Amino acid sequence: MPILPRTVALWLMRLGLIAAVGVHIHAAYGLTILNHNARSVKYQSPRDYQVANFASRTMRWTGVIVVLFLFWHLADLTWGWWNGTGNDGVFVRGDVYGNVVRSFERVPVATLYIVANIALGFHLFHGTWSLFQSMGWNNPRFNKWRRYLAVGIATIVVVGNVSFPIAVLAGIVGE
Amino acid sequence: MSPERKTKKAPAKKPAAKKPAARSSPVRPSPRVVLDAKIPPGPIAEKWDNYKADMKLVNPNNKRGFKVIVVGSGLAGASAAATLAELGYDVHVFTFHDSPRRAHSIAAQGGINAAKNYRGDGDSVQRLFYDTIKGGDFRSREGNVYRLAQVSVNIIDQMVAQGVPFAREYGGLLDTRSCGGSQLQRTFYARGQTGQQLLLGAYQQLARQIGLGNVKLWNRSELVDVVTIDGRCAGIVTRDLVTGAVQSHAAHATVLATGGYGNVFFLSTNAMACNITAAWRAHRKGAYFANPCYTQIHPTCIPQADETQSKLTLMSESLRNDGRIWVPSREGDDRSPSQIPEAERDYYLERMYPSFGNLAPRDISSRAAKRAVDSGRGVGPLKNGVYLDFAAAIGRLGRDVITERYGNLFEMYERITGEVPYEVPMRVYPASHYTMGGLWVDYELTTTIPGLYAAGEVNFADQGANRLGASALMQGLADGYFVLPYTIGNYLAPMLNKPIPGVDHPEFQLAEQAASTRFGNYLDIRGSRSPDWFHRELGKIIWEHCGMDRTAAGLRQALSDLPALYEEFKTDLRVTGDGASVNQTLEKAGRVDDFFELGMLMCRDALERRESCGGHFRSEYQDSEGEAQRDDANFAHVAAWEFTGDPMKAVRHKEELKFETIHLAKRSYK
Amino acid sequence: MKNLENLVLRIWRQSGPDDPGRFQSYRIDSISDEASFLEMLDVLNEKLIGEGLEAIAFDHDCREGICGTCSLMIDGQPHGPQRGTATCQLHMRKFSSGETITVEPWRATAFPIIKDLIVDRAPFDRIVEAGGFITATTGGAPEANLTPVPKPVAEAAMDAAACIGCGACVAACPNGAASLFTAAKVSHLNLLPQGQAERWSRVEAMVETMEQYFGSCTNHGECEAACPKSISIDFIALMNKDYLSAKLKNRALISRT
Repeated sequence: MPILPRTVALWLMRLGLIAAVGVHIHAAYGLTILNHNARSVKYQSPRDYQVANFASRTMRWTGVIVVLFLFWHLADLTWGWWNGTGNDGVFVRGDVYGNVVRSFERVPVATLYIVANIALGFHLFHGTWSLFQSMGWNNPRFNKWRRYLAVGIATIVVVGNVSFPIAVLAGIVGE
Repeated sequence: MSPERKTKKAPAKKPAAKKPAARSSPVRPSPRVVLDAKIPPGPIAEKWDNYKADMKLVNPNNKRGFKVIVVGSGLAGASAAATLAELGYDVHVFTFHDSPRRAHSIAAQGGINAAKNYRGDGDSVQRLFYDTIKGGDFRSREGNVYRLAQVSVNIIDQMVAQGVPFAREYGGLLDTRSCGGSQLQRTFYARGQTGQQLLLGAYQQLARQIGLGNVKLWNRSELVDVVTIDGRCAGIVTRDLVTGAVQSHAAHATVLATGGYGNVFFLSTNAMACNITAAWRAHRKGAYFANPCYTQIHPTCIPQADETQSKLTLMSESLRNDGRIWVPSREGDDRSPSQIPEAERDYYLERMYPSFGNLAPRDISSRAAKRAVDSGRGVGPLKNGVYLDFAAAIGRLGRDVITERYGNLFEMYERITGEVPYEVPMRVYPASHYTMGGLWVDYELTTTIPGLYAAGEVNFADQGANRLGASALMQGLADGYFVLPYTIGNYLAPMLNKPIPGVDHPEFQLAEQAASTRFGNYLDIRGSRSPDWFHRELGKIIWEHCGMDRTAAGLRQALSDLPALYEEFKTDLRVTGDGASVNQTLEKAGRVDDFFELGMLMCRDALERRESCGGHFRSEYQDSEGEAQRDDANFAHVAAWEFTGDPMKAVRHKEELKFETIHLAKRSYK
Repeated sequence: MKNLENLVLRIWRQSGPDDPGRFQSYRIDSISDEASFLEMLDVLNEKLIGEGLEAIAFDHDCREGICGTCSLMIDGQPHGPQRGTATCQLHMRKFSSGETITVEPWRATAFPIIKDLIVDRAPFDRIVEAGGFITATTGGAPEANLTPVPKPVAEAAMDAAACIGCGACVAACPNGAASLFTAAKVSHLNLLPQGQAERWSRVEAMVETMEQYFGSCTNHGECEAACPKSISIDFIALMNKDYLSAKLKNRALISRT
């Protein structure tokens, strides 16, 4: 007999994540509006940025990409809206392994997944580095490691996630 | 050319009570002014205490009823305004900058003196007092200078409490270093930005009072006139630099803390907007102007590079601790410095002043540099500098030590000249830096107009004929924090419940009209030359004839050239734009106008002071070794000039300087 | 010394706050490479006055990089292309003959344009008025050496205090945030022992005043690159940490207000 009834733990985690997504989007929206208003008249000549990098300057775009991807991801692998064209043509609720393999065998899906995860990587890289600044975790002893850590976390997530479709396409993982 | 000096010095006792000379010019009748310094009685060390014990006080509840105007937000202005507001007065601060934090005190690099004796090297109030009097070549007032030395210790306490990040020793206590003209280490500093840190300290304190609503700030507002009614200062008239609106402000007391007039030379280390207008407008309304010929030329500035140059940049005096000054021995030597062998270099300061060497005081080093350049041995593309060479120090101490000590300054030099001082010697030349002369004030810092005060560089009081390094910041803060807040109360106390004239008084209306007309006129001349052009030409004349080396013939030449150029200014000025929005050309025109009149007074003062002392060097008065020769029998006095409608006809009054504590001696740094 | 020839300056002209403004091109035939950027503008202004035209209004004063009055967006960079240098210390040797140089005012909603290249930076003063001080009324200060300040602390405070308040950080920030300015002011005082009594109330008041006027920091780091005093964004982290502490701690105990 499990401590909790079936899916309760899952739903608790899901609710937590849904709340986090909500807060995240609310904050991003608020920040965008605030910053847009802080410079209501833009520069009329081109800017020449010195250190602002691709990741920091594309947070909004990578964020939007990740949100859209998130919906697609749920639709594909949780709700099974488009995941019915595998070998046997059936989306099996709960058959995580099978569903993933069936989905990633389609090259466009795998490509979409890879692209979205690279966007997520950039988002995470700047997000992680920003976390230290925003929370004030700043100490000369470990400051130089903050960038490395940001790169590390982003890389682990991207490499880990991208390895799934590649493994499927390469035939390493199959039914 | 001497309508002045009608009174002979009154023997002792009454210090210099003078009648104004008979005037033919029909300006406003100013009441008879007595140049009484009002030094309190008692031994020198007790005078300030005696003053404070006797002064009148204003009840805290009554202070809000007194309005005090402070013009200028540098060290003196910001500290005075903040302190007066803390006491409870209704303070209004005026600055032509966008923010009070921009005043030019911010550019002081070296440090601030205080008789703390933290080094245990024998410093004391008495020593600082003596060094300052000697540094000023015995041309300042004992009473004022002693008080300055006394309150210097409070300044350091105050600034540390406010969060000024002074340099520290490893134990956490305050660090000090030495500065020119002193054999003690009494200079407190914050890297090469002491002025910035002190000003920000005072500004923060002022900002707090603005935030609390105790101070009303008027930024981008320039004083254009001072109004006197019934013999006292009734307020000021300002011009809003954004809208051009001219407006009157009435007050019980007015403080001018508007800095010096070094920009009369056009090229100086002053900021571009530094000007004499506030003091000059007060002078025109009856405030005597004292010792205008006492100007300080700083020996180590980056030489002028071309005709378009707008200002000169100071390289800190501290560089002379490790840099050696030299020029080629031979005239017209065009070789690069590295190719000139040791034997063909003239380390002239070390040669002429063996004991102080490269650290000789400012006026002496400046004159020596001028003589080297005038003898055809100047260096650089325009042959207008001398070398300040760090090769020996780098060889001895290593590049790292030099970087640690002067890295910032070397970078600044490189930014400006494009040369790397680690590799080629710096080039330096003297430039106008500070002005010791200014509005005449008494012990209470009151000008000859009751109710009008002058604090900081704009007054003449403490620096005599020459200022020592790290003394300007000290004086500004002393005046603002520890002198004015007491003396203003003493003036205001008897005015309780007596109404003062408001801005609807006809005198204010007249002053407003006059100011509007004046600025309208600049726009209406529609001549061919810009205000900058006139300023540059004016500066050339003053620098040539009333700079480091003055002669009677040269000064007379200047006094004939200046009125001619001024006449041209009045008929051939061109100011474009309008008077109802930001117009920096128009602002400049008003300032240059006043510089012209001041320039004439400077030359007249220099001509009349037939001696050499401190920053005032008359070639005719030097000893056999070329050093300044004072004439204590005839010139141990303050020359205070009264405006009579034309600076060429200003009347010279004297305040005899009485030395009760100090014995007058030759100022030698050999 | 050599001369630069045939420079074209595209300069923003705007007669007042309500004028939409536009770029206008001016030609400089020849200018010494020893001239500073502002001296080059002086020369241009002299030429304009000579032609009977109105001079270009721009803010400047000390011209030695310390007063913070000068500004200018030069070719898309605040204070121009040289790192750690204010416009007044930028020299023409950093440019070359035939170049077109574009000059624009700072742009931020909190810094409205007054005229041409002049903007109003008053919100910086408001931030300082909110808490950028140590309350130490004149006369009540204790003996200066009573409280030792460790040298590294004094040095760090000085690094922050070097801020000249020019506004380049706001101009550079893609978000128009003033975090570097505010952080420099907060850190200078919060690091020192003398600033501890008001530490939490200071950071709260200053940050919240800042937020009334400016955008929000998203850690691009442009401000540090543009800062003429090269003030580090580490101070922003310090400010954020103190702000968080001020919000979380029982402030009633620490500073009763």
